[in-house]
Amino acid sequence: MAAIERDVRDRAAVRRHRAVLRLRAGSHPVQVRPRVKPGADTVVEFRGVSKLYGPGGIGLERATFAVNRQEMAFLVGSTGSGKSTIMRLLIKEIEPTEGTIRVAGRALEDIERKKVPYYRRNVGVVFQDFKLLPTRTVYDNIAYALQVTGASRKQIRSTLPDILRLTGLSTKLHNYPHQLSGGEQQRVAVARAFASHPPLLLADEPTGNLDPETSIGIMQLLYRINRAGTTVLVASHDNEMVDRMRRRVIELRRGRIVRDEASGLYGSSDENTDELGQRLRTETRS
Amino acid sequence: MKLGFFLKESFRSMRRNAVPSVAAFASVLVTTLVLGVFIPVVQATNGAANDIRSRVLVDVDLSPGASPAEVARVKSELQRAPHIKSIQFVSRQQGYEQERKLNPQAFALIGYNPLPDIFRVTPSSPEESGAVRAELDQSSPLGTRLLTDAAITGVQNRQAQTNTILSATRTIKLTMALLAGLLVFASVLLISNTIRLSLFSRRREVEVMKLVGATDWFIRWPFVLEGLFLGALGGAGAIGLLALAKVTLVDPLANTVKLISQPNMIDFRLLIVVLMACAIAVSAAGSGLSLRRFLRV
Repeated sequence: MAAIERDVRDRAAVRRHRAVLRLRAGSHPVQVRPRVKPGADTVVEFRGVSKLYGPGGIGLERATFAVNRQEMAFLVGSTGSGKSTIMRLLIKEIEPTEGTIRVAGRALEDIERKKVPYYRRNVGVVFQDFKLLPTRTVYDNIAYALQVTGASRKQIRSTLPDILRLTGLSTKLHNYPHQLSGGEQQRVAVARAFASHPPLLLADEPTGNLDPETSIGIMQLLYRINRAGTTVLVASHDNEMVDRMRRRVIELRRGRIVRDEASGLYGSSDENTDELGQRLRTETRS
Repeated sequence: MKLGFFLKESFRSMRRNAVPSVAAFASVLVTTLVLGVFIPVVQATNGAANDIRSRVLVDVDLSPGASPAEVARVKSELQRAPHIKSIQFVSRQQGYEQERKLNPQAFALIGYNPLPDIFRVTPSSPEESGAVRAELDQSSPLGTRLLTDAAITGVQNRQAQTNTILSATRTIKLTMALLAGLLVFASVLLISNTIRLSLFSRRREVEVMKLVGATDWFIRWPFVLEGLFLGALGGAGAIGLLALAKVTLVDPLANTVKLISQPNMIDFRLLIVVLMACAIAVSAAGSGLSLRRFLRV
């Protein structure tokens, strides 16, 4: 009941704010043409999505964009610009105040609460604070993502070694999260997010707590996962790192999309993970 | 349901969260212990109250020269009357012997037997003693008494005494019921609070599980099983202590103290079953229900 009331309140607030926003719209530095190309290849699609946190708190404002299959895109912007709101909307942790979000062609609003867990199994998520289960070993943390899907012990045993090798955690199997470095913990988080091979992987500030060298390692890992065919959406406020990645960048400012470009550098998309790592290191030093 | 996995999960969680687990165990143990002491006390008190209530009697006095035929007639009339559980004939000689024992000086002073033959009637419930009396001894509008049988000279239900007994035992029963209700309420609060605290310390874990795509019941089952184990352990501990107390304290006293040897006191085996069922059900349901608010992620 309270949720409905909140929803009604939010919608009323949207209407009130819209008048103000219409006036402000002309003054934005960059005019953005939505890049929505809906079709079978669209994995993530936002259409006029707004999210208000109570009166006056704008999380996201009429955001429209689409991310295609096998694309790696970055959401950039300062704190409070709406990056995390997009991530939270995508895992259905929060509901949009208006607009439609589609993932793999399916509108998220149509997914009822009971079905949300099944939806989340198709979206891997990595957080800035890792969000590992502190009472479980590396192996158990990653295995948990498979256990929730009902995988048998045999299936898990046959799947995990590959993921552990991919993420470079083969020697840390029996360690608990508190025994690992930040970079290693984030690798575990990435491994867990990727364990069930989801078609979409979200990373919210995955390098926010890490030093530059470790960050490069995580970016390489995400790049490798992307090259294996997974759509990857990364939120980051580390503009330099994002620029060096030379991927599509969607920039947010106060809840609005102010830039959405492929950086004109898509040409280098065929570099392999090692080449990417080398380039990032060279460019970081210079 | 993958029972093996859930069992393993709940054991792991108990091991890794030893302090909250011990707290939950202890609160179940203490509550069950208190309940285990209180149930027999309530039983004994109620038993004593009922015992007193069963002493509410109605005396039907017969006329002094009532013939055996008249006595038989009144007896059959009483047997047909409603609200009567049992009747007992007390001849004037028997009555005299009983009363003289109670008050020898007064009867020595009187020097003869002034008592009539009576029927001592036990009403089917103590509250109906008035109805029994009214049935056998009806007042007419003119104030004269209309007795149902000429051989009956009066019907006494010791009105004042009966009322005192009824109101006193009612108060005792009500007080005990209230206390028992409060105790159960406090127990449920204590246990659910302990569970809540232990879950609160693990809310992040639950949040992560939800983000990975675990269904509510996938997360809930290990918690319910954990509650079930801790409840069973706490219940078993409390029953062990109760059994010890019974053997060392209550049983030796049972022969000397009336209250404890009340015949209608709860059977110890039944008490064990009741306590165990309560401990397990409250803990398991408490775990499962308390988790609900943390599952909304």
